Amino acid sequence: MAVRGRRRPRPVLTPPAPAGLPAPSALELDRRAWRRSRSRRSTLVALCSTLLFAVVAYLAVTRSPGWPRVQATFFSPSVALDSLPEIARGLLLNLKVLVVGGLLVFVCGLTVAVLRTLRGPAFAPVRIVATLYVDVFRGMPLIIVLYLVGFGFPALRLQGMPTSPFVLGTAAIVLTYSAYVAEVFRAGIESVHPSQRAAARSLGLTHRQTMRIVVLPQALRTVTPALLNDFVSLQKDVGLISVLSAVDAVRAAQILVGRSFNFTPYVVAGLLFVLLAVPSARIADTVAARARRRQQSGSLL
Amino acid sequence: MRRRPLALAVLAATTLAVSACAVEDDPSSDTAASSSGGSSCSPGDLPTLEDGTLTIATDEPAYEPWFSDDDPTNGKGYEAAVAYAIADQLGYAKDDVTWVRAAFDSVIQPGPKSFDLDLNQFSITDERKQAVDFSSPYYDVTQAVITTAGSAAAGATSLADLKGLRIGAQVATTSLDALTEVIDPDSDPAVFNTNDDAKLALQNGQVDAIVVDLPTAFYITAAELDDGKIVGQLPDSSAGGDQFGALLEKDSPLTECVTTAVDALREDGTLADLEQQWLSEVADAPVLS
Repeated sequence: MAVRGRRRPRPVLTPPAPAGLPAPSALELDRRAWRRSRSRRSTLVALCSTLLFAVVAYLAVTRSPGWPRVQATFFSPSVALDSLPEIARGLLLNLKVLVVGGLLVFVCGLTVAVLRTLRGPAFAPVRIVATLYVDVFRGMPLIIVLYLVGFGFPALRLQGMPTSPFVLGTAAIVLTYSAYVAEVFRAGIESVHPSQRAAARSLGLTHRQTMRIVVLPQALRTVTPALLNDFVSLQKDVGLISVLSAVDAVRAAQILVGRSFNFTPYVVAGLLFVLLAVPSARIADTVAARARRRQQSGSLL
Repeated sequence: MRRRPLALAVLAATTLAVSACAVEDDPSSDTAASSSGGSSCSPGDLPTLEDGTLTIATDEPAYEPWFSDDDPTNGKGYEAAVAYAIADQLGYAKDDVTWVRAAFDSVIQPGPKSFDLDLNQFSITDERKQAVDFSSPYYDVTQAVITTAGSAAAGATSLADLKGLRIGAQVATTSLDALTEVIDPDSDPAVFNTNDDAKLALQNGQVDAIVVDLPTAFYITAAELDDGKIVGQLPDSSAGGDQFGALLEKDSPLTECVTTAVDALREDGTLADLEQQWLSEVADAPVLS
């Protein structure tokens, strides 16, 4: 457990020269100048090599014999502009699935992970069912789960069975991703040192309290980068619900491609998904960096 | 049935170009053929398999509504009726027509044929034209709405009845174009990867109806769905779709005459009448409005 004690002063990297200290020696000034010149030089070299690479890549692509056709078929600005509104409208559906699905995956994944780590012989069936679920859905391709859930459940023709591709698609995605995320959570839970658990139990905490107060907070912190990585992956996979007849960004692009035989709409849809993923990736990086800093500074366990 | 409008446009353009070239190559013979077309296409001049007899083929069994009771000789069903109309146009009496059976797959292969012409719902494609000849099309495939008994679309009799329903089609097909343009439903259309997905969704009640082309609609409602029902054909939905033509041996001397006959039948309205009679009324696929 984190023991909040005296805060160590943050190490200051470049202390302002106190007025009382003597001026740096000529040798030190020389060294500084040399370091500055080296850093300028390496920046310049990096700039030149990047430019050179960009020019070579540009020429190699644009001089290739098929480039005009590729440009017209995949990168036509006018087609891109025309297709943007319809694809963006489809992307809204992807976003809805992403938000609802993401939250449900978090809850379900955590629940399954906790069930899998339950101890005691009485919980054996729960553990077995949770393990089976994870094995099956982690191994099964998402597109097949989508077909089975999306066309299989409505085929039962039960009263009140939803037929909307949004509900069914989200359900299939939650089923698959919860299995992945449960494994991530379980890894996090098991990475908490047994001494933590032992210490908590010796303080008189119940199993439930130990999990809630001691184990899960530490586990969550450990697995945050992995979770965010799965979230980015989920962002792309929501595009698969189009197989259930929902007109999302991917399907909207497909319809436009079918109408014009120009593949630019696919590129537009792809770029929109990239734009969606970039912020998540940056957040994941930041969170990971912060966790590393904290861990290495020793202020937290 | 998957198809791309642009590819079809290219195909049509190529066909046009090819036929235009043919005309330019030998203008004298073309004028000669059209001026003396009536006499050179008479039964006496036609080099058919057997003199004085026109041998027409179709598949075994022959399906409704293209034929009736698997018996082409009764002249019932759209293709049987068209076959006799072509024969009549060429000057053959009903008794001068002999029917033979030929399997669809073997017929579209190159090689000698056991018939003068074959009517078996052959879509005219460039690939097939490499191996066989086609007459000009005697049928433009239209789009049709199908549903199951008990669905909300089962009682629909007009396009307006369909507007408020949830209707599906396969992506990148003329069916989807017809759905969005002709029916223009209030809610987003349900767009499926394949017709099989669409059929399953229809059976599950996830959609009220689906749009497929009419020949597929006949097949799905008759053979694949338990209680399938054709709601009707969509008007003006044949643009860019398949066309059926009579199949002949590659470079057959009859091709030009059959084409002339089919064109004449189209012009005098016989084809439209037969389509109305056998596809709209007998097969119960009315054109919705």
